[in-house]
This record gives sequence, C-alpha cells and structure tokens, in this order.
Amino acid sequence: MLYQPWPWYVSGPLIALIMAVLILMGKKFGMSSNLETFCSMGGAGKFTDYFKVDVKSKRWNLLVVLGSAIGGFLGANWLSPNPAVDISEETVVKLNELGFDSAGKAYLPTELFGLDSLTDPIVWAILLIAGFLVGFGTRYAGGCTSGHAISGLSNLQRPSLIAVIGFFIGGLIMVHLLFPLIFSS
Amino acid sequence: MKNLAYIIVGTCLGIVLYKSEAASWFRIYEMFQFDSFHMYGIIGSALAVGVVLVSLIKKSKIKSFSGEIISIPDKEKTFARYIIGGTLFGLGWALAGACPGPMYILVGAGYWPIIIVLVGALIGAFVYGILRGKLPH
Repeated sequence: MLYQPWPWYVSGPLIALIMAVLILMGKKFGMSSNLETFCSMGGAGKFTDYFKVDVKSKRWNLLVVLGSAIGGFLGANWLSPNPAVDISEETVVKLNELGFDSAGKAYLPTELFGLDSLTDPIVWAILLIAGFLVGFGTRYAGGCTSGHAISGLSNLQRPSLIAVIGFFIGGLIMVHLLFPLIFSS
Repeated sequence: MKNLAYIIVGTCLGIVLYKSEAASWFRIYEMFQFDSFHMYGIIGSALAVGVVLVSLIKKSKIKSFSGEIISIPDKEKTFARYIIGGTLFGLGWALAGACPGPMYILVGAGYWPIIIVLVGALIGAFVYGILRGKLPH
C-alpha cells in the first residue's frame, strides 16, 4: 500500500494536517516565499529594498524546503518501485499526439526532464520560461498552490479564490491553446 | 530541536506530494484536461479538512507549541495582483508541471533538469521585486 501511489483521500487530508502543524508551530504553509528568501540571500537587496529582509526570520521555511527535498528523495528511491504515473487513457492519447511518448510510463515526461533532452536548446528555453512565470506569478499573486489554494481557501479568503481562478485561467490557456503551438509532433 | 521539527514537516510534505503524484507533470496536465478526478480530489479533500482545522484553531484560540498567540492574517483585499499574478503563475504551473513546493521535491528525487525551472523561478521572483512598484496591485 505504502509503495503504491497514494490515493487522493489519503493525500489531501495529510496536506491539510501538515498545514495545521505549521500553523500550530506559529508559522504558515507557503512555499513560494522561499524564492524571495533565496533572492535576498543572493544579494538582491542591493537592487531593491523589497529583498532587504531578515533572512534569519525565514530560516524555518528553508528547513521545510530542505525537508521537502529529502522527502522527494525518499519517495522516489525508497517508496516507489514503479515511478510510472497511471494517468487516464484520454490524457495518454492527447499527450502522444503532442509528441510525449513517455506519457503513462514515467513520473515526469522524459521529453522535458530526461537528461538527454537537455541537448535541445528549446527544452532549456521552455523550462526557463516556465520557471520564470512560476516565480514572477507567485510573487505577484502573493502565493502559490500552498499559500492560496490550500492555506488561503482554508481560511476562506476571497483574494485567494481570485488567485486560484487566475491559476486555472493560466493553466487552461497553456494546456489548451499554447501546448499545441509549443509541442507539435 | 525546533529546526529538526521543520525538516521533518518538510520531509512529510515531500513524501506526500511525491507519493500522491501531485509533483508529477502528467497529473497537472491531466487536471487541466479534466480527464481525472485525482488532483481535484487531493485539493478538495485538503480544503475540506483544512477549513475545519483552521476554523477550530481560530475558534479555540489555542496557543502555538511555543506558547505564542496564533494569528492567521487576512490577505490584502485587492483584485489586480491576484488575477494577473495568478494567471501568470497558472501558465507557468501548467508548462513546468510543478509549483514551488514540488520543484524542491523533484530536485531531491533526482530530476536534475527541474533545477533549470528553479533558476527561472528565482529570476522571475527577482524581476518581480524590481518591477513591483510599476505593476498594478
């Protein structure tokens, strides 16, 4: 059971529990603010006061980041004998049409995240632009999936609902309108 | 001791998001195609439990483990930053197939190209910091 993919009704409540533990520790569940902390640590405060923050007060969240990476290592190496993600048949067909032959056979598409794919500069551009949008977007919106979709909505915050609607507008545009332009087989 | 606790909480988060496949690019794509209930089940059940836990914490006026008063601040009530920033994030989330938590999880899992996404995210956060005075919020 532990070694199989965990069902949603186990995973979702566990995520809420992790959020509650962080609140009870006097902190909050928000992963994207770490991006700012890393900028501050890298000296971004020289360019704008926005990054002049007391990094020490953010250290706890960097430890959560460290733990996440450890969790990813354990999940991938010790708890998952079969990394293939059992996505729906329809999704596999759509992805095959876009040129993703690894659909249904891997945890991440090898076409983007396989080391061999890094010989293609377009893959570098896609990954870099995707990351840029994530970093810029979450800081502009003041939170990501953890801060808005889970924490904010759990606290019944209307701004978080607006942000989550934005997440879906962006995600739907990307997958339905832009994917066919970016990935053509 | 407290430091270790944060690392353990993070480790639990990493394992849950990895094992639930919420850290998989394929699941994010499938979610935006509405082909499976899986991701909606994760977010929905997290919210159902989360709403109850947050309201219990607020109502009980319980103190934190270290004895501080717990305050869960309201989000600033504006519109533009949430809809514009949210949409930009959504574009990136669907393309990268990972939001900021899973990025670190995938580094730990050994998918090295995700580091390029992470570098892009750091540049994005930096550029936001530079431009934020000029952007509508």
